[in-house]
Amino acid sequence: MDEINSLMHGFAVALTPFNLMLMMIGVVLGVIIGVLPGLGGANGVAILLPLTFSMSPTSGIIMLSCIYWGALFGGAITSILFNIPGEPWSVATTFDGFPLAQKGRAGAALTAAFTSSFFGALVAVLLITFLSPMVARFALKFGGPEFFAVYLLTFCAFIGMSKGNPMKTLAAMMLGFAFAAVGMDGVSGTLRMTFGTEVLIKGFDFLIAVIGLFGIGEILQTLEEGLEFKGIQAKIDKRVVLDTWKELPKYWVTSLRSAAVGCFMGIVPGGATPASFMSYGIAQRMSKNGSKFGSDDDPQIEGVVAPETAAHAAGTSALLPMMTLGVPGSPTAAVLLGALLIWGLQPGPLLFVEQKDFVWGLIASMYLGNIAGLIVVLTCVPFFAAILRIPFSIIAPVVLVICAIGAYTVHNSLFDVYMMVLFGVIGYVFKKLDYPLAPLVLAIVLGDRAEESFRQAMLASQGDMRILFSNGLVGGLTSVALLLLFWPLLALGLKKLRGGGKGKPATSGA
Amino acid sequence: MKLAGKISVLAALIGALGLTAPVAQAAWEPTKTVEFVVPAGTGGGADQMARLIDGIIKKNNLMKQPLVVVNKGGGAGAEGFLDVKNAKGDPHKIIITLSNLFTTPMATGVPFNWKDLTPVEMMALDQFVLWVNADKPYKTAKEYVDAVRAAGPNKFKMGGTGSKQEDQIITVAIEKQAKIKMTYIPFKGGGDVAVQLVGDHIDSSVNNPIEAVAQWRGGKLRPLCVFDKTRMPYKAKVTETMSWNDIPPCKDSGLNVEYLMLRGIFMPAGVTAEQTKYYVDLLEKVRATPEWKDYLEKGALNTTTMKGEEYRTWVAKEETRHQQLMREAGFLAGGK
Repeated sequence: MDEINSLMHGFAVALTPFNLMLMMIGVVLGVIIGVLPGLGGANGVAILLPLTFSMSPTSGIIMLSCIYWGALFGGAITSILFNIPGEPWSVATTFDGFPLAQKGRAGAALTAAFTSSFFGALVAVLLITFLSPMVARFALKFGGPEFFAVYLLTFCAFIGMSKGNPMKTLAAMMLGFAFAAVGMDGVSGTLRMTFGTEVLIKGFDFLIAVIGLFGIGEILQTLEEGLEFKGIQAKIDKRVVLDTWKELPKYWVTSLRSAAVGCFMGIVPGGATPASFMSYGIAQRMSKNGSKFGSDDDPQIEGVVAPETAAHAAGTSALLPMMTLGVPGSPTAAVLLGALLIWGLQPGPLLFVEQKDFVWGLIASMYLGNIAGLIVVLTCVPFFAAILRIPFSIIAPVVLVICAIGAYTVHNSLFDVYMMVLFGVIGYVFKKLDYPLAPLVLAIVLGDRAEESFRQAMLASQGDMRILFSNGLVGGLTSVALLLLFWPLLALGLKKLRGGGKGKPATSGA
Repeated sequence: MKLAGKISVLAALIGALGLTAPVAQAAWEPTKTVEFVVPAGTGGGADQMARLIDGIIKKNNLMKQPLVVVNKGGGAGAEGFLDVKNAKGDPHKIIITLSNLFTTPMATGVPFNWKDLTPVEMMALDQFVLWVNADKPYKTAKEYVDAVRAAGPNKFKMGGTGSKQEDQIITVAIEKQAKIKMTYIPFKGGGDVAVQLVGDHIDSSVNNPIEAVAQWRGGKLRPLCVFDKTRMPYKAKVTETMSWNDIPPCKDSGLNVEYLMLRGIFMPAGVTAEQTKYYVDLLEKVRATPEWKDYLEKGALNTTTMKGEEYRTWVAKEETRHQQLMREAGFLAGGK
């Protein structure tokens, strides 16, 4: 086994005391970056990039990639504790994670999130170790139509999740598309819906919308319910990690499926955010407890496992197309790519041949960095969970300030802070009127990308829709997407055909 | 505590020097953190160059105050340019520009112009190369253009970065020169374009050298010609058989199209000559480092540099040229 030998060589490269120290520093910094909404992995890595120029490329990439792993872990913390996604890929984690914390099970939710993240990363690293040349070739098959089919699949996998009025889901999603369309239209190169203002030119940033919709919206709602001077009765149990681990093997199907979804999306490269949404949507349909996903009364650990596994698997496997093709699978990978070029390394087909030390050192550090990350975050679980015992009246202003700093950091723009407040009000109104937030967020994050790839496909085919079925890959993806979209109707039809008209068929959320 | 004591003594010394220095020579220096604006996203060519400059400055201790790179890429860079325009007279802000300095205001009508900025220094010019998939039979630009013509209008797909920007400008110029018609498909970044070309989803690209070099070396892409007057000077072998120098200029294949992209540094308007001089000197030091020279060669950049009046004149001329190119291509906002 050539790969095993190379990997052992990689461990030898990565396992120097200096590199191990960098790894720990990287992971801790990454967790902090992940916790602060708005700062984000990409910005964090970019800020710290110049520091690594005096190191060897191998040490440099080990530290930077560990910041990335840390950020992937850290994103889950604020999502679960405060309903504020620290990173875009943690949005789906809030759906069940936050209600779990509200029920006093923050420790369990955090442990599940971290462990799933680790599992997702492990699957992705194994894939990178043993299958990278094959996988790289697969990614080349993706052009405009294929990308659109992937986004379509994400939307369709997710669309059935709302338990409420389908018209409300549709309305929320359309509003999201409208927000996503503001600013520069990348295909025609002109501005749209900026109404002649300068502030709207950059469009609505997904992070600002999410911080407002979730974080501020949540605070507004809690305020309305009356100021609580007591914290949540979160039992701080040092055994919470072990107890949760006992429960996790139950969800092995969900874990494996989510890891597969994540790896696929990372390699394509669709990114960690759509991966987490898609995985959540599919888990909800497939799980027998699917109807309880995201409910306030009985939130599911499985609903944390699915998005976290997929996000971390996608985030890790996103480094593969970066190394073999020079295409970043995520914004953070884009910055790492820039780092490679500055160090004088050329990502691309020859990197694995010419820079064995570097590549296998990096792959070995993926194993080690994720183990280090898991240890760091798991030991902190009781501490994180204890934060919730602080009364809301004390923690709310702190959360507000963190939100505001986060929104400001995205573009260094004060206008974004006002936008965040506005989105907070929208989030509050949505909750009051019982409109779902998830489709809105999904449309904001994927709307412009889906539009772009659709228009690329249409340009290539000169407006012929048949391009979406022009080969096995894109045709298969489109078909699966349509199948998922119409599944509730099909299931209903099948039931009728079989003549079993007993009881009311469960269409919504199935 | 000992260390802290030493630092405070040191600080006091520096403070004392700082007090006396202005009397001695009065050279301007930044007094707080300098913001380095990149009017593009993270990971692109401009971003890479900005972060390399940042890294070189930090590694060699060329600046006393910290430099912070900030990406403001919204609206094809309009976000960053407006930010610097609104910072009139602020000597603690610099911006790296690419061709969107000219194309973005022309295509979108966003109110800014290079005259809202103070030119500091041209760091380099970026080349454009015509690339095709290595599995295709075309060996020269002429063969490729003939194939496009034979296939009929809009049958061949040219991929490029962004819309109504440099890649599309070059595409339109090729179409006019060769009297052919291609379908232009815009993508987010140059790396995406190169991979789309390797995957055979598009037929050609005009990637910058650094965006496509990895795929060239991997034997997946083939360069046909460079959109410059002369060959690139870099003679070191990049692939087993070819160097950058082996790529002929496009006009030798009858495709008389020339385009180079500015990679230059600007400051806000209303800054003093002394303040500008500080950054000119700083960038001269950056350009003298081996890291910088190495980067130029890796990216096969055109090493032309300019500053002062010469640079200003060049920028003004370049604006007129873009005005003409954009008008001919029908890319001006409001169809002017």
